[in-house]
Amino acid sequence: MSVDKDTVNKIARLSRIAISDAEADKMVGELNGILAWVEQLGEVDVTGVEPMTAVIPNKLRLRDDVVTDGDVREKVLANAPAREGSFFGVPKVIE
Amino acid sequence: MSEYRIQGNTGEWEVVIGLEVHAQVTSNAKLFSGASASYGGEPNSHVSLVDAAMPGMLPVPNRECLRQAVRTGMAINAQINRWSRFDRKNYFYADLPQGYQISQLYHPIVGEGEIEVTLNEKDPESPTKKIGIERIHVEQDAGKLMHDQHPTMSFVDLNRSGVALMEIVSRPDMSSPQEAGAYLKKLRSILRYVGSCDGNMEQGSMRADVNVSVRKPGGPLGTRTETKNVNSIRFMMQAIEYEAQRQVDLLESGGAVVQETRLFDPNKMETRSMRSKEDAHDYRYFPDPDLLPVELDDAFLEECKASLPELPDAKRKRYESMGLTAYNAAVLTAEAETAFWFEDLLSHGVDAKQGSNWLLSELFGALNKLGKSLDESPVNPAQAAELLGLVADGTISGSIAKQVFEIMLETGQGAAAIVEERGLKQTNDTGAIEAEIAKIMAANEDKVAEYRSGKDKLFGFFVGQTMKAMQGKANPQVINELLKKALDV
Amino acid sequence: MTDFSRMGVAAIRDGVAKGEFKAVEVAEALNTRVANAKALNAFIVETPETALEAAAAVDADRAAGKPLGKMAGVPIGMKDLFCTEGVQTTAASHILEGFVPTYESTVSANLWKAGAGMLGKLNLDQFAMGSSNETSYFGNVISPWRRNDGGNAALAPGGSSGGSSSAIAARLCPAATGTDTGGSIRQPAAFTGISGIKPTYGRCSRWGIVAFASSLDQAGPMARDVRDCAIMLEAMAGFDPKDSTSLDLPVPAWESGLNSDLKGKRIGIPREYRLDGIDEDIAAMWDNGIAWLKDAGADVVDISLPHTKYALPAYYIIAPAEASSNLARYDGVRFGLRDLPDGSGLQDMYAATRAAGFGAEVRRRIMIGTYVLSAGFYDAYYTQAQKVRALIARDFEQAWASCDLILAPTAPSAAFGLGEKTSDPLSMYLNDVFAVPASLAGLPAMSVPGGLSKDGLPLGLQIIGKALDEQAVLNAGLAIEERSGFTAEAGEWW
Repeated sequence: MSVDKDTVNKIARLSRIAISDAEADKMVGELNGILAWVEQLGEVDVTGVEPMTAVIPNKLRLRDDVVTDGDVREKVLANAPAREGSFFGVPKVIE
Repeated sequence: MSEYRIQGNTGEWEVVIGLEVHAQVTSNAKLFSGASASYGGEPNSHVSLVDAAMPGMLPVPNRECLRQAVRTGMAINAQINRWSRFDRKNYFYADLPQGYQISQLYHPIVGEGEIEVTLNEKDPESPTKKIGIERIHVEQDAGKLMHDQHPTMSFVDLNRSGVALMEIVSRPDMSSPQEAGAYLKKLRSILRYVGSCDGNMEQGSMRADVNVSVRKPGGPLGTRTETKNVNSIRFMMQAIEYEAQRQVDLLESGGAVVQETRLFDPNKMETRSMRSKEDAHDYRYFPDPDLLPVELDDAFLEECKASLPELPDAKRKRYESMGLTAYNAAVLTAEAETAFWFEDLLSHGVDAKQGSNWLLSELFGALNKLGKSLDESPVNPAQAAELLGLVADGTISGSIAKQVFEIMLETGQGAAAIVEERGLKQTNDTGAIEAEIAKIMAANEDKVAEYRSGKDKLFGFFVGQTMKAMQGKANPQVINELLKKALDV
Repeated sequence: MTDFSRMGVAAIRDGVAKGEFKAVEVAEALNTRVANAKALNAFIVETPETALEAAAAVDADRAAGKPLGKMAGVPIGMKDLFCTEGVQTTAASHILEGFVPTYESTVSANLWKAGAGMLGKLNLDQFAMGSSNETSYFGNVISPWRRNDGGNAALAPGGSSGGSSSAIAARLCPAATGTDTGGSIRQPAAFTGISGIKPTYGRCSRWGIVAFASSLDQAGPMARDVRDCAIMLEAMAGFDPKDSTSLDLPVPAWESGLNSDLKGKRIGIPREYRLDGIDEDIAAMWDNGIAWLKDAGADVVDISLPHTKYALPAYYIIAPAEASSNLARYDGVRFGLRDLPDGSGLQDMYAATRAAGFGAEVRRRIMIGTYVLSAGFYDAYYTQAQKVRALIARDFEQAWASCDLILAPTAPSAAFGLGEKTSDPLSMYLNDVFAVPASLAGLPAMSVPGGLSKDGLPLGLQIIGKALDEQAVLNAGLAIEERSGFTAEAGEWW
């Protein structure tokens, strides 16, 4: 599979990364180089192989249903680029 | 179950409906953080650093949220998956701090199940239909955006961010707004019985995404639309009605239905496209690498099973076997709230028949007049049991009981105290009753003669006169016996 | 006067404990060295006051007769991927410039509890994505090493933990934290003639470490010898209920378990690592390593890891896929950079912020990750890569039937010059060819100095162990260290 400029622009949009025309052109070559290289994985016979789920055998632990956190509004908002009172501010969203 | 058809210019159309219900799991803490899951709170106060997706923060799952999903699955006879996984659903929005929602796509915790619904749960003869459930999975709720606080900004509150939801996905098995309504009602009832969700649609703890398509009867499935976040049963039924008609009109005028997300506007009673948000969604689901697979062991599953309450259908059958009418059994079990109230009443030693009749006629009638729900009833089951106990042991008559109940509602006093204070105890004093009977017979000699010559109906007249003379406090059975003795010479 | 810059973790800890010198003296000396080494650009933020406070606390504890921690009095560098409360944490990215965490990562908190102090936040490849430390928004880190050709070409300190490797090799600090996703501890250690170990996945908590690829990220120590690595790893590791992938196991006493007698140990030499056209210096060093381990009593066996060739391509699907999602939270809403062009809406703000905030390599990897996860490609790329990953892990499992440890080079070459590989991302990626398989399998792996190249640059030998068997890895590292006679140092040109 190889990507064209439209695909690069689509990926950039999905990634929410603004990209100039020149950057998109350059990215076409870079992505195709990398993708062509990773596609050698297709050679591997994976019949009957399950995708890896846990790197080291380990069991998911579950937490008790107890309130142990929260009420840290100042910590939550401390780094906000646009704090509005007790809220984060973002450009108005029209729904 | 119902033959719902839309009459178009080209003939009849059939509607196909599937529902994705988001139900907030009842829990103290959030799905992946220790912040409070409770409703309300100051903005951004029920938020941990995990919920705000600060760099390096990691999710740890809350056992109770998984337990409630499993119990819900068991309640609809669904397959419980001992091995499930959390996946990330990737998209950007201001109410989604991580840039992805942790959900379950590939391996949900609950698989196939079903719910039996009836169009009119109060009519035991009403036909039933099984609605298939495809899956239940557990996922995070998003935060909230407020648009009306500032001229150029929206405000983000993350209190809801990370609260646990169950997404309950039905098969497209419903074919009318009524069926969809019945399904949602039954589902809500089951969730409340199980205690896994409070079912409060006004507060948003339960909301539905409604998939609607139309087709010629028996024809291939049409293109569907999804109307998002409908938050009442009535709105959902209206949305389906509107949306199905819209699709029929569109198709018959030569247009095509576009697969899209829509929004229901309850003021205009119409759905409209949310195409602005459609922006090429590609959620790039993949297993969340911060979490391991969820593996449920026998002990966990056994506890889930053991802790399940009696469910509506089983309860209804049991009530019928206790001698309640099918109607009473159906009404008492349709809503968890009613069933729990009734069970409470029974636990105070009230006879099932007496209790069910009283609850459905007297209490419901009174609440109806007051415009209150059962939860807001001024009389609790213990107080009601006290009143019904006085009737059962003959202390007061049924008619006096009605008076006493009204006084209870007004004053909040206990039944026994009211009876005592106002001297409403019924009397079994045969002497006093016989004396009154004698007086009445003397004053109505003509009627006595008529009765004796065969006009049996007049017996009721004598009962009424005697009761009146006794100010309602005489035991009606005793009156009957004494009157018979006096009249039937 | 004692030259504290020549002391390692053990020497400082023991000296402080015995009262031979004060912790504050060490902190002062190293603060000065850090301040005078700006040319290396190893630190993004220097925190001399923090180092002094920690040292003073240790001195006070000692004076009060209180027990001292495992790292008491040792000033260290902290890779700027670990969130440190009240101290800017950037992951070397513009998008986090000015971000001051209100929380402390578990690993750094463990170190402070053990009595270590922080000299500053170390530079790195942006979001730990890179093998040369050339992707940092705060500029390249320069290796203190130079080739012996008389030139003064600036060399890469390796990456992503390039600030850590450079600072340790330049003796600005005795040790530093690193993180390793696909070789980010081992490769920079090899490039700068120091030691570093990536423990078993799950040994060190990931809580509070800026995530790159969650299923691969693992913190570990970097220092100038094996013992120092063992001490520091003991302080860093431990179960953390806040990380769902943390291993609920006690921390072994690795330092006291050190033993370079390898009698009975079988060392596997993977034939697939002997690539065609392998660098001569690397091949020679590897042979030396084999000889040293034999000398230490080990048996050497040939083994096969048949899927080795596919490790790097699998890694370059899995790591970018996870990263594309992990880095979605950098959106200009709650912290970090916000770029809001005039009149733009929310989605424009995201795109502008992320374009301005992420460097080219980060953007490239996010795009790759987004692509391989996108509709229609997920199975062909991501699922296939996770299956291949399972096969790579199985290769190791099968190898453990015939060996206890694996010896290989850490990197295919000595340090390259800055700018030499930046034009071709793929050639840069290939530098991690030997490091990535152990990362994919979650295994403990260490790099120790194995000698010098013809150019006079350090080369690293890599030891890979069974899951949870860090002790065997450290022991083999010690056996090599005792025999390699590696004493070379970078000249102090800065």
